[in-house]
Amino acid sequence: METSKNTPIITVKNLTARFGNNIVFEDVSFEVNKGEVLVIVGESGCGKSTLLRIMIGLQKPTAGQVLFQGTDIINAREEDLHLYRQNIGVLFQSGALFSSMTIKENIALPLSEYTDLSSDTIDQIIKMKLGMVNLAGYENHHPSELSGGMRKRAGIARAMALDPSVLFFDELSAGLDPVTAVELDNLIIKTNEALGTTMVIVTHELESIYKIAHRVLMLDKEAKGMIAEGKPMELKEKATDPRVKSFFLRQLPSASAEQRFYDN
Amino acid sequence: MTQPLKKECQSNYKISFQWKDLNLFVDLAGEFGLKNLNAFTEEIKREISRQKTQSMTFDLSGICYLDSAAALALVQIEKESVSRNIPCRLINLSDEAKGIFSVIHEDALTHLPIHAEKSGEGVISQMGQASIYLARDFVNFVTFIGELLVALAYTLRHPRTLRGKDVLFYVRRAGVDGLPIVALIGLLMGLIMAFMSYLQFRQFGANIYVPALVSFAMVKELGPIMTAILVAGRSGSAFAAEIGTMVVNEEVDALQTMSFDPVRFLAIPKVLATVIVVPILTIYADLAGILGGMIIGITSLDLTVKTYITQSMKTIQVFDVVTSLVKAAVFAGLISAIGCQRGFQVRSGAQDVGKYTTSAVVAAIFLIVLTDSIFAVMLYYVKRYSII
Repeated sequence: METSKNTPIITVKNLTARFGNNIVFEDVSFEVNKGEVLVIVGESGCGKSTLLRIMIGLQKPTAGQVLFQGTDIINAREEDLHLYRQNIGVLFQSGALFSSMTIKENIALPLSEYTDLSSDTIDQIIKMKLGMVNLAGYENHHPSELSGGMRKRAGIARAMALDPSVLFFDELSAGLDPVTAVELDNLIIKTNEALGTTMVIVTHELESIYKIAHRVLMLDKEAKGMIAEGKPMELKEKATDPRVKSFFLRQLPSASAEQRFYDN
Repeated sequence: MTQPLKKECQSNYKISFQWKDLNLFVDLAGEFGLKNLNAFTEEIKREISRQKTQSMTFDLSGICYLDSAAALALVQIEKESVSRNIPCRLINLSDEAKGIFSVIHEDALTHLPIHAEKSGEGVISQMGQASIYLARDFVNFVTFIGELLVALAYTLRHPRTLRGKDVLFYVRRAGVDGLPIVALIGLLMGLIMAFMSYLQFRQFGANIYVPALVSFAMVKELGPIMTAILVAGRSGSAFAAEIGTMVVNEEVDALQTMSFDPVRFLAIPKVLATVIVVPILTIYADLAGILGGMIIGITSLDLTVKTYITQSMKTIQVFDVVTSLVKAAVFAGLISAIGCQRGFQVRSGAQDVGKYTTSAVVAAIFLIVLTDSIFAVMLYYVKRYSII
């Protein structure tokens, strides 16, 4: 898979995140190109989710900028941030559907808030979105009546309600069985190819990464920043950094990482 | 980790000690595990301490069951003897036993036993921290009230943004569903008050003042306060738990990424619904209390329904009713605001939800009593100087 365009839609510049004295990452810079699927990987605690939360405007960084089509969203005025948020869709790890609402009401929420469409048109759009994620007929179900995979798909439908230009996914395949995970991967590919939606995905699943990623960024806890960037297969086959190799080859960094009293 | 080493295993352990000069040979046979850990380690240590030892050899060939705790105990005995310059060896380990020994981490042998960290702070320091916490809590609450007022002003300017369906839902939840318990408690309060005052008043023939006392107390103080406390327990806690769970499930984050103001979206319907229903519930509580008093008045005081109502009406003034309803509305605002604010304070986990739900009720009751005191003083001066 190749991205057709190399125009940056999001530019991350010298981003630093700290919690008290604990530095999560420092001086992280990269670009997200229009229409690409960018996957952010790294071990637990390296700051992937923090980076994602900063990119979607839920958290302020200690320093740095996140530019969306040239506008800094970190120090943006409320109106600009409002506009940015209407241009993005986010799928949270748990789906984050509103449990008191039906699937239809969940998807209708941004449509009725930000458009002046009639309820009939909104209903049609909801049906179309649910059809796209293979959930046709589930309009009147509550999130609690759906499986984990279905909730994630419904979450994608809600995230896509306003046809955003960028979709963010936090831990896309977490807690899903392999078949459902493949279904989601296919949905990502289909949506990206059909609509040209830019996607930023945080995941650990290597199979997913090889399948869906145009480009991968790797963060590292010890380095407190980015240690690799490139196409997934290139990182797997050509990376010289032992941390990158161990991640893509699913190996421990060194065999004697832990001291045991009696090793076989 | 437990793993039977052989299929046929004698149920208990057997240890044979053999001394050759000052060298100790220990044959271990049978089961060695958590259930006999203390017994066999004591037995081995007792034997070691009996006389001077030059070396020790533990033969594990007879062991038919070994778990990781027993393996750790043997390794600790070995390490202790090595530290006293007594060579110690574990011999004839089967492959399975080697596997069990391989899970023993160096940490388990070198680190001191785990003790929960005790806070080394004195009473003064803890009081200081509690004061800072209270001050921060107050600032947070005031900030939230500010956010709530901004959101309310926005809603008033853009009435279409108000989620009317949600307001009606919470009106039913906090009001209609709460009506039976509020009415019942009001009735019982009226009954108790009338009965207790009757016992005192009859001593000097002042039974006729029982209706006045009941209606005055219910309308002025007990009705609003009791209703508010019941609503704090029923609805304030529910608001905190509901919003807290939404925070944990990332639903509040989802709202923000969709550019919805969580305060406007989640708190405003709850606050408006509560402010609408609590004064109505208070009227019901007042009426139920007066009815309770009337039951005692008719059955014990030989008063007629008409006399009771007339006596009650003489006492209650429009000013009292209006201030009682204003008080109820203020209490409602505080209960719902503190419930929502505590919900938004949840960060993660079920424990946080429980903590802030409890805090919502306690803080609401405290604020109700505090505000009632302020009202009492304020209304006294208002009446005295006849501002109204």
